[in-house]
Amino acid sequence: MFVARSIAADHKDLIHDVSYDFHGRRMATCSSDQSVKVWDKSENGEWHCTASWKTHSGSVWRVTWAHPEFGQVLASCSFDRTAAVWEEIVGESNDKQRGQSHWIKRTTLVDSRTSVTDVKFAPKHMGLMLTTCSADGVVRIYEAPDVMNLSQWSLQHEISCKLSCSCISWNPSSSRAHPPMIAVGSDDSNVTYGGKVQIYEYNENTRKYAKAETLMTVTDAVHDIAFAPNLGRSFHVLAIATKDVRIFKLVPLRKESTSSGPTKFELLIMAQFDNHNSQVWRVSWNITSTLLASSGDDGCVRLWKANYMDNWKCTGILKGDGSPLTGTSGQPTAMSTVVGSSVQASQSILNGTTAAPANIPPPPPPPPPPPPSFPTSSPPVIKTDDWLLPHLYWDSEQLTDPHRTLNRFTTHARSLACFISFAFGSQAVGTAVRLSCFCFNHIGCTFPSYCLLWSN
Amino acid sequence: MEELDVEPTTTNIPASEGNHLGFVWGPGDILVYDTIYKSSGSVGTCSSFIHEVRKDEDIYSPILRKLFNESHHIFVGLQTIREDLPNKNKKTQFVSISKNYRSVIRACMEELQQVADTELATQYGNQVSILLAIELIWNLCEVLFIDAAPGGSLLLHLLDWVRLHKADVDEKAQEVLQSESPTEHHGYWDVPGGSQTLTEFDVKWRHWHDMVDHSLQDNSFASDPNLELICKILMGDEDAILEQKDLLSTWYHFLVTRLLFSHPTVKPTELHYYAQSCLAMFDSRSAPEPLDSILLAAFEFDIHQVIKDCSIALNNWWFVAHLTDLLDHCNLLQSHNLHFGSNLREFLLLEYASGLFTHHSLWQLAVDYFDHCPEFGRVYLEQQIEHVPLDTERKALKVLRICEQRQMSEQVRSICKIMAKRALRNNRLGSALSWSIRAKDAAFATLISERFLQDYCARGTFSDLDLIDNLGPAMLLSDRLTFLGKYREFHKLYGENRFSDAATLLLSLMTAQIAPRSFWMTLLTDALPLLEQKEVRLPPKVNERNTWEPEMSSLYNLSVKPMTFQDEDVEVTKVELLRLALARNLAMAIVKEGTVAV
Repeated sequence: MFVARSIAADHKDLIHDVSYDFHGRRMATCSSDQSVKVWDKSENGEWHCTASWKTHSGSVWRVTWAHPEFGQVLASCSFDRTAAVWEEIVGESNDKQRGQSHWIKRTTLVDSRTSVTDVKFAPKHMGLMLTTCSADGVVRIYEAPDVMNLSQWSLQHEISCKLSCSCISWNPSSSRAHPPMIAVGSDDSNVTYGGKVQIYEYNENTRKYAKAETLMTVTDAVHDIAFAPNLGRSFHVLAIATKDVRIFKLVPLRKESTSSGPTKFELLIMAQFDNHNSQVWRVSWNITSTLLASSGDDGCVRLWKANYMDNWKCTGILKGDGSPLTGTSGQPTAMSTVVGSSVQASQSILNGTTAAPANIPPPPPPPPPPPPSFPTSSPPVIKTDDWLLPHLYWDSEQLTDPHRTLNRFTTHARSLACFISFAFGSQAVGTAVRLSCFCFNHIGCTFPSYCLLWSN
Repeated sequence: MEELDVEPTTTNIPASEGNHLGFVWGPGDILVYDTIYKSSGSVGTCSSFIHEVRKDEDIYSPILRKLFNESHHIFVGLQTIREDLPNKNKKTQFVSISKNYRSVIRACMEELQQVADTELATQYGNQVSILLAIELIWNLCEVLFIDAAPGGSLLLHLLDWVRLHKADVDEKAQEVLQSESPTEHHGYWDVPGGSQTLTEFDVKWRHWHDMVDHSLQDNSFASDPNLELICKILMGDEDAILEQKDLLSTWYHFLVTRLLFSHPTVKPTELHYYAQSCLAMFDSRSAPEPLDSILLAAFEFDIHQVIKDCSIALNNWWFVAHLTDLLDHCNLLQSHNLHFGSNLREFLLLEYASGLFTHHSLWQLAVDYFDHCPEFGRVYLEQQIEHVPLDTERKALKVLRICEQRQMSEQVRSICKIMAKRALRNNRLGSALSWSIRAKDAAFATLISERFLQDYCARGTFSDLDLIDNLGPAMLLSDRLTFLGKYREFHKLYGENRFSDAATLLLSLMTAQIAPRSFWMTLLTDALPLLEQKEVRLPPKVNERNTWEPEMSSLYNLSVKPMTFQDEDVEVTKVELLRLALARNLAMAIVKEGTVAV
C-alpha cells in the first residue's frame, strides 16, 4: 500500500464523509462547513473539483450517490434535521468551459425533528428509494415514483426503532428469495436498553416493514453497519462497528409455508476484532466483499481479509503519521492540484535522507492564549438528559450547530475558555444555547460532561 | 499447517495523529482523510486533504503488463487441455506450460534489467528481485512437483536449477560448479540415463567412492592441498564443502553440491532431510528468510505451505494464482488436501482477477479468469463488470458484449439504462432511444418517443431519421414508440407521393387510438391536404363516413376546449379549416358512394 496522491479538498471545516460514485470516476465530499463538493477524475487520474455548494444550514454528516441508472443524483443529510436530494443538470456552455457543473436541489425531506444521521439509497432493483435515519429513532423510507421527476418524493414507511439511530444499511441482495431488508444501528450507549442492531424486513402481504431480528449480543453503542455484497450466497453477512469490529452471518431459517411473519435467522458470529482498542466508527466492504475496512479510536484504518478457510486476519493498517499536509486554504487555484511533490518531501524528511527544504513552511505558531474571560464559577445552568436541540434556538444561524461552532473554535483558537466566552457572548443575540455533552468530550477538557444550558 | 504469522503492514498517511481516519473504498484504491467522529479524547487540527491509497502498484508497471498479457494466453491454453488425454501426454504438456510461464517471467526480468539504469532503478530493481525469487521457486516446483523426476535424474534437474539461477547473479558460483565438478562427473552422469538401473549405479558409485576415499587415506594427494581439497569435496566431505561457503552463495546451492558429491541418487522422499540439515549447517545463526522457508517447504513437498507462504511473502497474486492453477491441473492439490483443493485454486484466481479488474484496460483479461472459476466466477464477474466505467459508447459496447455472451441479462439491462439516461441528459435523443430499446425499457422508450414528438411539433422535422426509419419490430416496445415509428412512416409515404397509402396509415393511427391526445391536432392538420386533394380519396371500399366520425367528435372536443392551446387564434383557425375540409370530404364521399351504388 502506498499513497498515490493527495488531494487538497479545501473544505473550511472537518470532512465528515467521502463517497465514490458507482463507477469510481466521481466522488462527493461533505463537511461541517455545510457544503458538498463533487470531484471528477480525469484521464490521468487527477481529481478536479467540478462543483461546490452550500447544501445545509448545519454540519453535513453523509453524502451518497444514487445508482447511475437514475442519472447523476446525490443525497445528503445534516444536523439541520433535513436530508436533501440533488441532481446534476447539464449546464450552460460557459460552465462546461470552466469545468463546472450545476447541481440543483430536487427536494428537502423535512420529516425528522432531530439531526438526520444517515442517508442511503435502497438497492436499485427496488426502484429509486431513499432511506434516512435520525437521532429521534425513526427510519424513513421515501420513494420517487417517477424517476424522471425527482422533486416528487413520498414518504412510504416510517419505522420507529425506539433508540437514537446512527446508521442504516440495506441488504444488497437482489435475489427473489430475499425480501427487502434493512439493518439499523443505534448509538445509544445505555447497555440496559438491549440490542443496538435491529433488522427489518419487508412483508409483501402487509406491505410494511416488520422487525425480523434484534442482535441482542450487541449492547454497546453502534456507529456503523454494513451488509456485504451478497455474491449469490443464501446467507447474509453484516459488519458492525461498535466497541469492536464484529462480523455476523445471518442464515435465514426455513419458513413454514403458512407463516406470514418475518424471516427468522440463525445468527452466527464469524469474527470479532478488538484491535482498535476502543470505539470503532466506520466499517465498509469492498466490491467483492473480500476485504472489510474499519476505522477506530486508535486513529487507524484496518483492513480485514478472510482466507479461503474463512479465517479472518488484519492484512493492512493505514495510520496518520502526525505530519498532516498543510493546505493552501482559500486559494482556489490550489484546490484541485495534486500535491504529490509535497508528499514526497514530507516522506523524505521522515526518512531522514534530506534536510527539510526551505520551501516547506514551518508549522504555524500556536495561537496566543485567549484572555481569561471565563469566570471561575460553574455555568449558570447545568442540565442533563436529552441533548437534542429544541426548536426555539433554530433561528440563530451560527448557533444551530454546536459541532460546527465548536470545530471552528477548536481549529482556530483551540481553547476552551475562548469557546465558553463565545457561548456567553451568544446571550447578546438573545438566544438560549444548549450544548451537548459530546461537544465537551470533543475538545478533550476535564469539564463536567453535562449538557449546559445558558439562558438569558 | 500454520501460516506464517506476519504482522500486517502499516502504511503511513500524511495525516494528523490522534484524530480519526475516515475512509471510502474505491474501485482500485481507498481514500482516507482526517476527521473526528464524536467523543474522541484528543483534538488536533484536521487537515482538509484526501489521500488516495493504492494497494497494488504492480499492475501499473508497463513492463509487468506484458507479464499479465502473456501469462493470460498461457492460462487460457492450459484450461483447454483435454481431460481425457493420457496422463503421460498431459505431463509433458504441463511441463512445457510451466516452462512457458517461466520464460515469460525471464523475458520480463530481462526487460526490467535493461531499463534499470534509468531513474526508476530502485523500483525496477525491486521488481527484478521479486521476479527472480518467483522464477527460482517456480522452477523448483516444476522440478519437484510437475516434472516429479524420480531418484536418479532428480539431482540432475536440481543441478540445472542451481546453475540456471546462480548464473544470473553470481558468476563465481558458476565457476565453482564448473571447476569443482570433475570431468569424471560428466562420465558418470551418462550412466544412470543408460541401461543401468539405479541400484547398479549406486553400487558402482560406492565403489568409486571407496577408491577415492582410499587414496585420500593413503595421503596420495597430500603434496597438493588444492588437490586434496578437491578430492575431499569429491568425497562429499561436508566440512570441506562448508569451508568453501564463500563460493556457495546460498544454502540451497550448498544442498545441491552436497547431494552431488555425497548422495547422487537421492530420492524425492529424502530431500527434506538434507534440505533441513543444509539450511541449519549453512547459516545457523540467523532466522530463515521467507524465501528460505518457501524453498524448504518445497523440498518437504508441502505444496500448500509453499503457496501460503508465497502469497504472504510476495504480496503478489499473479504468481500464486498461476502456479496453483497449474498444480491443480496436475491433480496435485486434490491428492494433497481433498477438502480445499479446488477452492484454493479458485480463491487465488478470484483474488488475482479482482486485482486486474481495477485496471482500466487489464480488466478484459480478468474476464477469462472469472470464466474459469466454476463456483464464484460468475457472481464476481457480475459484481465487477457493473463497475467498469462506461467512459465512451465504444467501451460500453465492449462491456455489453461481454455480458451478452454470458447471458448476464440484468447487467445488460443496467448498462443500457445508464447509457440511455446519460444520452438523454446530453440531449442526444437518438442515442437515448436506441439504448433504451436495447435495455427493453418501455417506460423510458415512451418518454423519449414523447420527446421526439414534442420536438417535431416544435420544429416540424424529425431528428435521427436513420434510427426511426429502421426501428422494425423494436417499435412494439411501447405504444408511444410504435406511434412514433408509424407516424414517421406516414411522413415518408407522403413524401413519396403515395397519398393513398399515407391516408390509410393516418387513418389507422387515429382509429387504433395509440396517438397521444396532445398529438391529435397535429395529426388532423397533417390530414388536411389529404382531405382537400382532388384525385386521391380516402380508401373507397369501406364506409368513409363512419371512419371519419370519431375524428369529428374529437374535433368537437378540441373546438369546445380551445383554451388548452397556447396560441388561441391559430388553433381556432386550424379547427375551422379542418371542419371545412372534413365536411367537404364527407360530401365528396357521399357523392362518390352514390355514384358507386349506381
